[in-house]
Amino acid sequence: MSRERFELTLIKVLKVLGILFFGLMAIFPFYWMVVLSFRPLQEVLLEPVRLWPTWENVRTLSTYKGVLFEQGFTRFIRNSAFVSLITMTLTVLLAILGAYAVARLRFRGRDLMSSGILLIYMFPAIMLAIPLFVVFQRLGLRNSLSGLIIVYMAQTLPVALYMLRSYFQTIPADLEEAGLIDGCNRFAVIWRITLPLSMPAVASVALYTFMIAWNEFLFALLFLLERPQVWTLSLGVQQLDNFEVPKTWLMAGSVIISVPVIAIFSFFERFLTKGLTAGAVKG
Amino acid sequence: MKVLPKTSQLRPPTLARREARLAYIMILPTFLIVMLIVILPVLWNAWLSFKPVRLGDLARINFWTLDLSLRNFQTVLQGRHFWPILTTTLVYTIGGTVLSIFLGLLAALLVREAFPGRGVFRGFLLFPYIAPVVAVAFVWRMMLNAQFGIVNELGVRWFGMQRTAFLAQRTLEVSLAGLHIKWPLALSMVILFEAWRYFPFAFLFILARLQALPDDLYEAAAVDGAVPSQRFWYITLPQLRGVFATLFLLRFIWTFNKFDDVYLLTGGGAGTQVITVQIYEYLFGRYNIGAAAALAVVLGLVLAVFLVIYFRYLAVEEA
Repeated sequence: MSRERFELTLIKVLKVLGILFFGLMAIFPFYWMVVLSFRPLQEVLLEPVRLWPTWENVRTLSTYKGVLFEQGFTRFIRNSAFVSLITMTLTVLLAILGAYAVARLRFRGRDLMSSGILLIYMFPAIMLAIPLFVVFQRLGLRNSLSGLIIVYMAQTLPVALYMLRSYFQTIPADLEEAGLIDGCNRFAVIWRITLPLSMPAVASVALYTFMIAWNEFLFALLFLLERPQVWTLSLGVQQLDNFEVPKTWLMAGSVIISVPVIAIFSFFERFLTKGLTAGAVKG
Repeated sequence: MKVLPKTSQLRPPTLARREARLAYIMILPTFLIVMLIVILPVLWNAWLSFKPVRLGDLARINFWTLDLSLRNFQTVLQGRHFWPILTTTLVYTIGGTVLSIFLGLLAALLVREAFPGRGVFRGFLLFPYIAPVVAVAFVWRMMLNAQFGIVNELGVRWFGMQRTAFLAQRTLEVSLAGLHIKWPLALSMVILFEAWRYFPFAFLFILARLQALPDDLYEAAAVDGAVPSQRFWYITLPQLRGVFATLFLLRFIWTFNKFDDVYLLTGGGAGTQVITVQIYEYLFGRYNIGAAAALAVVLGLVLAVFLVIYFRYLAVEEA
């Protein structure tokens, strides 16, 4: 057998093994999360390796009921949905305005805005955390969701603006000029011409902002810890980690927080993947 | 003598000026939010790092008195913990970065050519990256649990391994060819988690570059008799240098600044204390805001030094 043939065969075998390995590696933890989330802890201690829950486990949903009704998760879900939706709406709105200005209008400082905005994105979050903690404490914004929303907006605006700007630049300016000549003002042009043409970009920016706000942990921990009524889901899940709560409830909480994100992603994957390489999710 | 008003005030503003004004209005909200929530806090963090502020003083203290000193930096740097923490942070950052890029490369090579189910497979590979950090950190803790974790169960059953608290045990004695090594166990697990969670990011970057490589390069090499391994080594890898450089830079910065992952996995215990978790520890463990701010400044400076080194010595030209 020639070396070429030998290597090709070897590569074929390695590929199959690699696909199995990577598939298992990426998916198994999520599968295991779901399995454990249905099982009471005592049962897990007796039989740790059981690849699927019993029908009895699934029917009673005891862990999920515990998390939702005894640990206040119904409220956390509401809080998280509220924070994420408001953050998403405001960020998208402001980013559209800012991105349009940077992409289309001439003004002094445009290049600085354009390049500076991504630099902002590199700042360590923990560096902002301490001063914001101090200021929010003084202004009474700590333990409130509005304070958190402002921080999330600051975290998502730079990259949202950057992504939208890049997209707006691909739209031919002639189309808009035609609109301007026909007597539309700028905002009418944006609304009637630019936005309808940029729906894919706007939608992916919206979904990203939502997902970032939904997943965020550090600032929720810093700002909300003292008032359980305002906890978001990620803080709620983390706070399940104590000796009074069975560990499998933690998995039920983890499933609850993961499902919306995984669902959104699976459904819209096609045009979300592009944004990932644009650095939409700082991870 | 009558002063004539300047012409500009008489004439309606020019088109260019109206355009600029509109632009400023449109960008103002974003600018203000970024200023207030990012730029000013960073500056103020530097100011706080020179002041004696403790958590209990917050309600009363006047932040603008000039009682500045280097005390906080002394606390932070002289603590016998600083060098170990910096070392841990660097090992964690470099380990996590390199490993995630390596896994990303392997995954990208697998997905490069079509096979049945490739689209779904590619989607699955991204799950670790998009899922909430709280959820994935906790499921890792469950799997590595010493009491009922599946890794321990299967390890004991199949490989006769000893029960191990992977995330709570600082070192593991390893005998290799007569050498006894103390392998940092918990830190390795945290690095593995990092690689697992962030390889999809590298994967997407590398895959995009791979799919943009022109076919004729490979055809020419095949005509010249290059076998697949040579084609990979002499064509693919050199073409990826630019992507590797970008990925290394981004992942290094983000991992270096990362707090959530280590905090949720180990809380900084068992030899996994990194700078960010230590900052949190100063803030809420010791109520020392000044010291926390000082360490945050040190974090920023170390990162800046890295960036200088990177762009001065390591940066390769974008291919």
